[in-house]
Amino acid sequence: MELAVLILQGIIVAPIPLVFAAIGELVVERSGVLNLGLEGMMILGAIAGFSVALDSGSLVAGIAAAALAGAIAAGIFGILTQVLLSNQVATGLALTIFGLGLAALWGQGYSGESTAPLAKIHIFLLSDIPIAGPLLFAHDPLVYLAFALVAGVAWFLSKTRAGLILRAVGENHDAAHAIGYNVVAVRMAALLFGGACAGVGGAYLSTVQTPFWVENMTAGRGWIALAIVVFASWRPGRVLVGAYLFGGVTVAQLHAQGFGIDIDAQYLSMLPYLVTILVLVLISHNKARVSLNAPACLAKPFFAPS
Amino acid sequence: MKHVMRILAAGAVAAALSVGAAGAAEKVKVGFVYVGPVGDHGWTYEHEQGRLAVEKAFGDEVKTTYVENVSEGPDAARVIQQLARGHDIIFTTSFGFMNPTLKVAKRFPKVKFEHATGFKRAPNVSTYSARFYEGRYVIGLIAGKVTKTNTIGYIASFPIPEVVRGINAAFFAAKSVNPTVKFKIVWVNTWFDPGKEADAARALIDQGADVLMQHTDSPAAMQISEEKGIFAFGQASDMIKFGPNVQLTSIIDNWGPYYVARVKAVMDGTWDSQDTWDGFGPGMVKMAAFSKRIPEDVRAMAAKARDDIGAGKLHPFTGPINKQDGSPWLKAGETASDSDLVGMNFYIEGVEGSLPK
Amino acid sequence: MIRLEPRNEVSKGLLYVTPVIAIGVTILAGVVMFAVLGKDPIRAISIIFLEPLTDSFAISEMIVKATPLILIAIGLSFGFRAGVWNIGAEGQFTVGALSGGAVALALYEVEGFWVLPLMCLAGALGGMAWAAIPAFLRTRFNANEILVSLMLTYVAVLLLSVLVYGPLKDPEGLNFPESRMFHPAATLPILIEETRAHVGFLVALAVAAVAWVVLGRHIFGYQVKVMGQSPRAAGFGGFVEKRVVWMCLMISGGLAGLAGLFEAAGPVGQLVPALPVGYGFTAIIVTFLGRLNPIGILLAGFVMALTYIGGETAQIEMNLPSAVTGVFQGMFLFSLLGFDVLARYRIRMFRTARTAPLAVQTAVGE
Repeated sequence: MELAVLILQGIIVAPIPLVFAAIGELVVERSGVLNLGLEGMMILGAIAGFSVALDSGSLVAGIAAAALAGAIAAGIFGILTQVLLSNQVATGLALTIFGLGLAALWGQGYSGESTAPLAKIHIFLLSDIPIAGPLLFAHDPLVYLAFALVAGVAWFLSKTRAGLILRAVGENHDAAHAIGYNVVAVRMAALLFGGACAGVGGAYLSTVQTPFWVENMTAGRGWIALAIVVFASWRPGRVLVGAYLFGGVTVAQLHAQGFGIDIDAQYLSMLPYLVTILVLVLISHNKARVSLNAPACLAKPFFAPS
Repeated sequence: MKHVMRILAAGAVAAALSVGAAGAAEKVKVGFVYVGPVGDHGWTYEHEQGRLAVEKAFGDEVKTTYVENVSEGPDAARVIQQLARGHDIIFTTSFGFMNPTLKVAKRFPKVKFEHATGFKRAPNVSTYSARFYEGRYVIGLIAGKVTKTNTIGYIASFPIPEVVRGINAAFFAAKSVNPTVKFKIVWVNTWFDPGKEADAARALIDQGADVLMQHTDSPAAMQISEEKGIFAFGQASDMIKFGPNVQLTSIIDNWGPYYVARVKAVMDGTWDSQDTWDGFGPGMVKMAAFSKRIPEDVRAMAAKARDDIGAGKLHPFTGPINKQDGSPWLKAGETASDSDLVGMNFYIEGVEGSLPK
Repeated sequence: MIRLEPRNEVSKGLLYVTPVIAIGVTILAGVVMFAVLGKDPIRAISIIFLEPLTDSFAISEMIVKATPLILIAIGLSFGFRAGVWNIGAEGQFTVGALSGGAVALALYEVEGFWVLPLMCLAGALGGMAWAAIPAFLRTRFNANEILVSLMLTYVAVLLLSVLVYGPLKDPEGLNFPESRMFHPAATLPILIEETRAHVGFLVALAVAAVAWVVLGRHIFGYQVKVMGQSPRAAGFGGFVEKRVVWMCLMISGGLAGLAGLFEAAGPVGQLVPALPVGYGFTAIIVTFLGRLNPIGILLAGFVMALTYIGGETAQIEMNLPSAVTGVFQGMFLFSLLGFDVLARYRIRMFRTARTAPLAVQTAVGE
């Protein structure tokens, strides 16, 4: 039992960077923009978070810096795609190249250093409850922030007026514009939020999960986060399901190996992508349901006629 | 502009090369091709230390160059060839550079090539590798003695002979001092992914491993061990910074002496194609300082094993050893041949699980 | 206030001027960056942009690097014109290399002029098969091809690594994860002696020429254009739309698969896990830099190749870390993509708003 709790604890924490990056990208895509530069923004967040945390001695400052770095990178993407109307797919790929390079350059003096990881919160009494205590009430604050963000985004998109506008912009930017909403401003705001989330996701890797800096340490997680958004069919709650499917499969197979179960890890790691395609097909083949989920204007350029 | 002129003037590749090789006044140019970034704190980092050792040893007599982050795909041959055009000796430091190195070497017969960890040679291509398994034997001894749960966690990268050899050596040693010891082996299918290595370390610790070994390149597992207070052994470089309280020792790749010797051979005109597989003896493999947390008698035993192996008095694989399926491999007193070790693709008796195919 | 106004036709003059402006801005930014890093900025920039152009080896390597980019980008340009977004060319490239490479390995030591053509066929078919999945799922189930093709890329790369570890592993390779070297009969002929530039480049040139004709003269080129401009135009039934989707994905998948086979049978000469190095993604950038035009794509493919080769040269000659060349390349792409706006839009100072015709709004993006 104790072992099961430990394993589950590991599974809860492992996909947190994916949750951050994916929930941010979800908001971006809901506004009708496809930013493929997630990997670049995550790695910038990772080095910003690590370097500032190390130099200032404050993890909070590090996380804030990571959010800022991600948002700035997303801002560049926003100016190019929203103001200068460059193609989103190409610009996102360029952002990844740029981000990986800049992060490596920035991090040159930080290789081989290490910070103390974020302390876990032990919620008084609650964390002592057997089983549920360690599973639910004994993580670091960013875990709770990640879950709160998912809930917050779900509430924002479905219950607030601003969320409605954001969705309207993603559904039909011409109509939204005609009603008088500022499409570009809405999308910029979504992009900045998405960039900040990706930055924090990267910083979670470099300051909490493995508190050090090495080049390419995000190792493709930005791309997985993109898959998770699709898997989630653009619903915030399902981002958690997706993140735990992708991240959880990895941890579970590591444990399975430890128990001596022979499994082919390579085939297993294809599974989440295939499941994602299946989910996409299921939600897409019914046109009525697809309009509930997929933003109709995804990756389409918007030019304000006025 | 001067630069462009020089290149234009050089024109024919052969001409450029003969200039490079002529005369003692000319600096010997040494090139390095790295698969990762120099800041990886693992494999590439140690090769970079080797390059710096060459610079330190020869000062103004050499000029060294490196190209980092070279993928083991279509780009490798170009980078090697670009270096071949202006360098006298080139070290290609990853297995995947084997065929590109040979291809380029054919075109540049006067340039010397040194390929790490491969098995194909040519008149101007040497190969070199380190007997890391000697280090694995030593950490196996220590692990077998210090473990309380009798469970050692092993984070493995890919099932290539190098890694399999390491598992066998460590297990054989651990078993020799602790017959009840068990290895839990987790394959992560990557050399470098800090997040995944950390997850693997956590999984192994959760499953009761109280000593961790790794055959992956990042210090993630060491750091997780520090956090959880579990003993661990570093890989490739001294990882004491990441595990000040828990690192028992590290197996260190020490390429400097070899690189210096080979560059010297080029200077002296004595370079020839050879296969080098060195361990503790010539110092290609070193152990980091043994932690004070290892009991004193165990420390002495480990140091003695290290020195005996270095002196050739002890071979890590000395029979009787059976293969995993119980079939005999080495008879009593027999030691493993290099050819057996080079292509090792089986577990020895007692290792649990099967090798991924 | 400043306002962008779409041009009815892309400005011919600015078409050529904007890349020059972009290069100028990148050089300025580069000068600042290199100066801050304490490297000689003039030398760095001349090494990256000029030196490869003065050296025959570097030019041959630019051909090697540009060949797959051009092949893939031309294939993608059909779809991108029609609004069919195949961004999984990397996966189709990988599967093409795998299927063509599997043929080479199955026919190991078989001599015959037909071995290579058979490999090419297998490579192209492999890429097409991989692209058929998003084509089918989009036409049958309305599933977004951007996302399906992207997901399949990860699967393809994993598949390659599984197979070179297993059935395609070199039997004499001591268990290392790579196939054996292809037999000479299964290796692409070299174009220029003593280099790696191979006949694939001629194929790329021929493909560019054919694409030029098809886009300009053929009914398919017209359909592609119409579908891209207004998908729901009158008389443009679902049948034609489905056919265009299939054609676009088959063309881009086939060319990407062929490019993959060329890489395996050309510069690499075997199947290795690191074979996909991102050509499929870089080609997307090339497609847009070339403005979806075959001639533009040829040029853009070479410019892209230049930045890679120049970056490596700078590492070798100036000991620049690879990170610096990544940043420089990123800045270059940003400014090329950003300044492209000038060719497509006029910048006007307006006081009162004007309304552009609705059809233009949807068409302007690309």
